[in-house]
Amino acid sequence: MNRRQALFGLCGLAIAGCGARAFAETGGDAVRIGMTPVFLDDQVGFLGAWRDYLAQALGRPVEFIQRGSYREIVELMRQEKLHFAWLCGYPYVREQRWMRLLAVPVHQGQPLYRSYLIVPERDTATTKITELRDRVFAFSDPDSNSGYLYPHYQLNRANTSPANFFRRTFFTYAHKKVVEAVALEVAHGGAVDGYVWDTLARTHPELTGRTRVADRSPTFGFPPFVAGPVAPPALFRRMQEILLAMHDDGVGAGFLRQLNLDRFALGTPALYADIERMLRAISQPNA
Amino acid sequence: MLHFRDISFRYKIPLRATVLVLVTATVLTASLLLREYRDLRRDMLDGSARWSAVLSQTLVAPMLHDDLWRAFEIVRAATSPGGGEQASAITLVDPRLRIYVSTDPARYPILAPLHERGEAAREIASRIDGAAGTGSHSVEIADKLYVITPIDADGVRLGHMILEHTSTFMQSRFAGMWLSATLVTLFVLLLILPVSWFWGRRMAEPLVHLADCIGKVGATIPPPGALQFEDSKDELGQVGRAVERMFDELREKEGLEREMLFSERLAAIGRLTGGIAHEINNPLGGMLNAIGTYRKHGASDPELAARTMSLLERGLLQIRDTVSALLVEAKAPSHPLAPQDIEDVHILLKPEAAKKSARLQWNCELPDEIPLPATLVRQVLINLVLNALQAVEAGGTVACDIGLSADGMTMAVRNDGRYIEESRLPYLFEPFVGDGNGKHGLGLWITYQIVTGLGGHISVQSEPGLTVFAVDLPLGMAVELESAS
Repeated sequence: MNRRQALFGLCGLAIAGCGARAFAETGGDAVRIGMTPVFLDDQVGFLGAWRDYLAQALGRPVEFIQRGSYREIVELMRQEKLHFAWLCGYPYVREQRWMRLLAVPVHQGQPLYRSYLIVPERDTATTKITELRDRVFAFSDPDSNSGYLYPHYQLNRANTSPANFFRRTFFTYAHKKVVEAVALEVAHGGAVDGYVWDTLARTHPELTGRTRVADRSPTFGFPPFVAGPVAPPALFRRMQEILLAMHDDGVGAGFLRQLNLDRFALGTPALYADIERMLRAISQPNA
Repeated sequence: MLHFRDISFRYKIPLRATVLVLVTATVLTASLLLREYRDLRRDMLDGSARWSAVLSQTLVAPMLHDDLWRAFEIVRAATSPGGGEQASAITLVDPRLRIYVSTDPARYPILAPLHERGEAAREIASRIDGAAGTGSHSVEIADKLYVITPIDADGVRLGHMILEHTSTFMQSRFAGMWLSATLVTLFVLLLILPVSWFWGRRMAEPLVHLADCIGKVGATIPPPGALQFEDSKDELGQVGRAVERMFDELREKEGLEREMLFSERLAAIGRLTGGIAHEINNPLGGMLNAIGTYRKHGASDPELAARTMSLLERGLLQIRDTVSALLVEAKAPSHPLAPQDIEDVHILLKPEAAKKSARLQWNCELPDEIPLPATLVRQVLINLVLNALQAVEAGGTVACDIGLSADGMTMAVRNDGRYIEESRLPYLFEPFVGDGNGKHGLGLWITYQIVTGLGGHISVQSEPGLTVFAVDLPLGMAVELESAS
């Protein structure tokens, strides 16, 4: 190999690298779906199978994009790098100006879920978040309704705030990790998606067994599938059809069962009115 | 009880060699293990320090961004069984020495001041306060080892990482090392011990042989060549040569003694023969004189003839006495000794005592017949009492005690007459020693012969006013006895 050949080789490699990156950035013709830990998003094998199922139904490649926080997924969507995302109701409410509701999962017969206040199993006394003054508290994600907004709102109603009320708070950026933090007693309490905790109780009872649900919130609209501005109407409709019909075929029903969901349904923004109310309440300075 | 000092060198030397080998092996192994332990400990500390440095680097970002959960996940992974096998717990503290997060939140809850979390934590807190620099350092408190590493970002201290090792980690690794070292030592011992035993035995053998040879001296002297030793210049060789020399000298001495004994015996025979000649010559001279006188004067004098005959008779009787005394060793058949035999002697000797006007005290306590030849015992008794009667002055006393002891028959003959000078005592029982009073001096010799012939013992004690001859005769000696009937 002479120098010229080597140079060509290097250039070729560089071009190939650029091309690959360009494809990754734009995604080619793949449908790009952002996934957040509103469900147990660490089941890589399951996600791969579900992705293939959706790709087959759409007749196009599907790519699941996972990031460490909700905010990153929202940002990707804002930058039109994602067609769809499975988000929490809280960012949807905040960004509903440009997000469209695609479908809402139905859990235990209703498109609703709750926020759980969990404490270590040893703590048999606590029944309310307001009893955890000066304790260490774990939130899941600052953009999570059940894992942050709702407890924040509760403290707000008690004329305080997480920073003043708790000795220390931290974010784990996943509901499952909130359960871990409380189970390991790193935190004295945590706010967690009730649906995630219930699902974990089925798949990882040894983990949830070390925690106790001290309080359950009223119901809120279930974390929805949303579409970003980049999703063309045809793709939006196709995707909606596929999701809504998933429970009708055996394979799709199997995925739903693994997700601990009944089916997907059409949702309305009104489903998230309570979240919007809480958001407004905490945005206003306390009287 | 068997003392070590009583054990044969055949075992003692191999045993000592064994003990020496064992002690050496133990000390060597122990010192090697100690060094290994130190090395292991140092390696562990070094490894732990390096590992801590790497870990602390990964903790910079979470701590800088105050991402508690991320920091926790890192330290938890580092202490999980599959992760960093080295640490049992990791605790992060902030610059104000409050717990940032710990893998053991029960002991180290978030935001608790470190120094309030027990003795060890207080000690660590004071170390962190006093420490300078960016390197990690270790501190051992109770049975735990702590590695304290600062977490710095761009020269700003974000906190410290405290890595806790339980001593069991060292112990388990060291136990494995100890086991293998012990096994190797045992294996080496297995090889060395038989060799040391063999050499020990080899070393002991000449000593044992020497001791055997020397041990025989007394009963016999080992013949030339019986003592085998290596002709070396070491102590064993020296001792061997010295013992060989000693044996030579002993053999020489024995030869000399044998010669001396022989010449002594010849001298004794000479003395005996001279005595006999003298004893026979005296009456012979008298008798020849008497016959000469008779020839010269009294062929017709019947009185002279009668006197001559009487003289001849006495002379011949004296010769017969002498000769019969010499025949004492001939063993005459005899009946067992009975109390009556002793009484006979008493009666026989009473006139002699009366003649000397001496008192004869007789005390016989023989219960019954005893298995001793009566004739010989009687002769011994007669000889001793006659001697005693001869020794006493007129009016003196001779006492005779005869009885039985556990060892046999005892006879003691005492008199208060002339005592025997000390210088004469050693020769008293030799033939023809006499007392210088014209007696032929065979009596005591005969007595001695009889007593020793019967396996007994005779002794004499003499001082002015008391002379005692004591005889002990063991019973049951194989003496031919005539049936008592």
